Amino acid sequence: MLDLTPKELKTREALRINPCKTCQPVGAMYAALGVHRCMPHSHGSQGCASYHRTFLSRHFKDPAMASTSSFTEGASVFGGGSNVKTAVRNVFEIYNPDIIAIHTTCLSETIGDDMNVYIQDMDIPEGKYVVHTNTPSYVGSHINGFYNMMSGFINYLSKKTGVSNGKAAIFPGFVNPGDMRETKRLAKLMGVPYIMFPDTSGVMDAPMTGRFEMYPRGGTTIPEIISLGDCKKVIALGTITSAEPAELMKKKFKIPFSLLPLPMGIEATDRLIMELAGFSMQDVPYELEEERGQLVDILLDSHQYTYQKSCAIFGDPDTVLGLTAICTEMGMIPKYVITGHPKEDFVREADALFGKYGLTDCKARANADLFELHQLIKNDPVDILIGTSYGKAIAKAEGIPFVRAGFPILDRYVHSYLPLVGYSGTMRIVEKITNAIMDETDRNCADEDLEFVM
Amino acid sequence: MNERSRTLDKYSSRVYKNRKEHLVQIENAPGSQEITANTRTVPGIITNRGCCYAGCKGVVVGPLKDVLVITHGPIGCGYYSWGTRRNKAVAEEGGQNYVPYCFSTDMQESDIVFGGEKKLENAIAEAVEIFSPKCIMICSTCPIGLIGDDVQAVAKRTEMKYGITCVAYSCEGYKGVSQSAGHHIANNGLMKYIIGTGDKRPTKKYSLNILGEYNIGGDGWEQERILKRIGYEIVTVFTGDGSVETMKNAHLADLNLVMCHRSINYVAEMMKAKYGMDWLKVNFIGVGATMQSLRDIAKYFGDPELMARTEEVIQDELAQIAPDMEYFKSKLKGKTAGIFVGGSRSHHYQALLRDLGVETIIAGYEFAHRDDYEGREVLPFIKEDADSKNIENLVVGPDPKLYKPKFSEAEIEKLREEIPLDTYAGMMREMKEGHIVVDDYNHYETEMLIKLMKPDIFFSGIKDKYIIQRGGTPSRQMHSYDYSGPYAGFRGAVNFGRDVTMAIFTNAWAFVVPPWKTQSVIKGSLTGGEEAC
Repeated sequence: MLDLTPKELKTREALRINPCKTCQPVGAMYAALGVHRCMPHSHGSQGCASYHRTFLSRHFKDPAMASTSSFTEGASVFGGGSNVKTAVRNVFEIYNPDIIAIHTTCLSETIGDDMNVYIQDMDIPEGKYVVHTNTPSYVGSHINGFYNMMSGFINYLSKKTGVSNGKAAIFPGFVNPGDMRETKRLAKLMGVPYIMFPDTSGVMDAPMTGRFEMYPRGGTTIPEIISLGDCKKVIALGTITSAEPAELMKKKFKIPFSLLPLPMGIEATDRLIMELAGFSMQDVPYELEEERGQLVDILLDSHQYTYQKSCAIFGDPDTVLGLTAICTEMGMIPKYVITGHPKEDFVREADALFGKYGLTDCKARANADLFELHQLIKNDPVDILIGTSYGKAIAKAEGIPFVRAGFPILDRYVHSYLPLVGYSGTMRIVEKITNAIMDETDRNCADEDLEFVM
Repeated sequence: MNERSRTLDKYSSRVYKNRKEHLVQIENAPGSQEITANTRTVPGIITNRGCCYAGCKGVVVGPLKDVLVITHGPIGCGYYSWGTRRNKAVAEEGGQNYVPYCFSTDMQESDIVFGGEKKLENAIAEAVEIFSPKCIMICSTCPIGLIGDDVQAVAKRTEMKYGITCVAYSCEGYKGVSQSAGHHIANNGLMKYIIGTGDKRPTKKYSLNILGEYNIGGDGWEQERILKRIGYEIVTVFTGDGSVETMKNAHLADLNLVMCHRSINYVAEMMKAKYGMDWLKVNFIGVGATMQSLRDIAKYFGDPELMARTEEVIQDELAQIAPDMEYFKSKLKGKTAGIFVGGSRSHHYQALLRDLGVETIIAGYEFAHRDDYEGREVLPFIKEDADSKNIENLVVGPDPKLYKPKFSEAEIEKLREEIPLDTYAGMMREMKEGHIVVDDYNHYETEMLIKLMKPDIFFSGIKDKYIIQRGGTPSRQMHSYDYSGPYAGFRGAVNFGRDVTMAIFTNAWAFVVPPWKTQSVIKGSLTGGEEAC
């Protein structure tokens, strides 16, 4: 497996090998799917929409509906205005969404299509909406696409009436429907009235009913997005993913925000709970205290199997930071912590986590790829690898246990339904990591060392 | 109104005018009706089509195992086409296998503004330093043509500088109307720079190339297994588990077998023109189709010993799979199917489904041309539009040294009476009265046709799979085989039978409707009555 990967690390400046990120538009498409009765629209070649729908369907094992401007060479020369106008008309006629959320592509960005002008020229049916965001694929990663689409919705739709709706706007970050459900459960338990935006639960984890619904029940509604401007506070989860939309809310509507890490691990979840308590001015219910206590109990019970075990973690920046927090709380050494997303804040935050636990030999890298990670592991191995599906080749090549977490997971089922966030999500990750390490011990130990009680 | 009219009924007049030409309900079968194909998709329609890059890199070039393929562009295109098409490959002894890797120039804003050639050349330098590949291929994504990067010049400079083979494809996503343009561009590149550059002659009496076989799920390996059993030598495969190392000798084989007509017919035709090599349309999907193809190949060589050996292998293979096939047929007989895939499989799989007693009542292609539906005899009548004219139509003439046709024109005419030599009859002729054929199928038509025609199972891609399944129809992916396979040849037929049976009969279907939807949860009790005690 990956036999051509040499141990020797060489500096690369131009060649990306086995990337750990993808392009902006897929993030925008995912964010738009988190809006109720919304049709994401890709303004570019058909291939973009096709790749992104494929990719999301493979991760969620659910339909990912989106339309495309179907650029041809002619459109690429003369501009895509006519294509997008025809497309919007056809989408409303045939698929009847309440809103179309357009994102651009490297193609339409390179030729300089001005979406503002095109949208102004459109005949949009009464009561329907068209919004857009710019998602040049050559800037940042799918993470930028996700928050740019959020900002697109806010810019077009959100209004401040001057009368507060008394709610918290919760930005969940680039996470699975299972995580959004868990975050909403925490908010409810803490008595916080909220608008979660975006919200792909009930869309990308919709149930089998025997009837295909193009627009399932889930998703943030348009009135909710409009009402974001009247929220009391923004609770933005994922310091890298949710920072820009949170700042936009502050700039546009003077709504204060708290920018928190994804609630992964005890400390980060504690921070969210304290934040929610501060908002609702309610005591933390016993139900949550019980969950937290159970989690601490589990960490103490199982620590001997994870303490000082080394791991490599890769994937999206906020998810990786969250997984790193969990691993440090388990007493592990997150030796390599890597994201493909090119924002150096990631390194600073990872270093802060290392510093908190006095870890000096750990390395965090932004704008990195899996080829580099593999080479690092070849030079100085780890006990376990944690990340997305593409890590399985490294795990197989190096014979190390592998735990899947994050985006994308293309080769397993159920993962997107269950959380990584909150005390319960953390419990799930702790179980996965501990079991993977213990299974490895069982498989490799001498017969006389096989323990029936561990 | 028939099913076709009812499906088209929802469209506005503008969309109707376009789509009605792409949707045919078979009349006066068996015969062929005209269908419009290989034209632009209506913007906004949720088409299943991909782009030119996907056809070039994703389909044809990507599976070549000894080639380091660099996607020149922003990160997405390379990322999405990384390890997702299941083109299985094993390195030749001492050779390299790049299939599990993804290489990209990961272009940034400054590269778009100031040009990306420099970055591409630096990426090649780094690739050469780390991997020492014998061959590099460059696949362009949308921005490349727009910003004017000259990838062909970079390829030339790379060959000069490093003494390796380097081929660049200007397969920007927006070119043509679907993946099809990318197939053509890839075919042209392979013809210009790879085929005919080797001189290693086959050693066996009869040698073959398999064209348009991408070894998805190991399909190509099953075909090779059977052909080798009969005694053929396989010179190269285009391109599943294929390599430049073997492809350069492709012109020295005796005969080209064409599996996927759509994606590779250009190479077959050009090799015929340049080397006088015949091509034979084969179909190794289905037991009956496989037997027919094996017999056709033997007939081409006309050697009684070869024909006898072919029969011997067929009988032995049949005996091995007969009990399994019989069982699956007993489960599936009388069922109906719909199938929407690429540009060949919707035809190929009808044969295999027939073996299992399943009739295909809806069939569609994503990016086929009229000849794939109606047969190659319509080729002179196809009107080229601007989108197709933008794709280079490479014309080659006879090679002064290597042009050696095996048969005279008269002999070929005679062979054609028996075998599909240098020709393809298309899919539609095999479809029955009332059956539906769709070109450039889309989400709405898929859903509508399933509602109207009620097939027992539907085969399509991942974008459709969960839509169809959610609607209550068993659904299998025909691009990736839902990570199963091989489905080709004799053993593959059994795998397919098993998978289709499983999709229809899996236990979970029984739970779709919860009991409270069909039974009352409120227990009635009589009021005013007297309780017995």
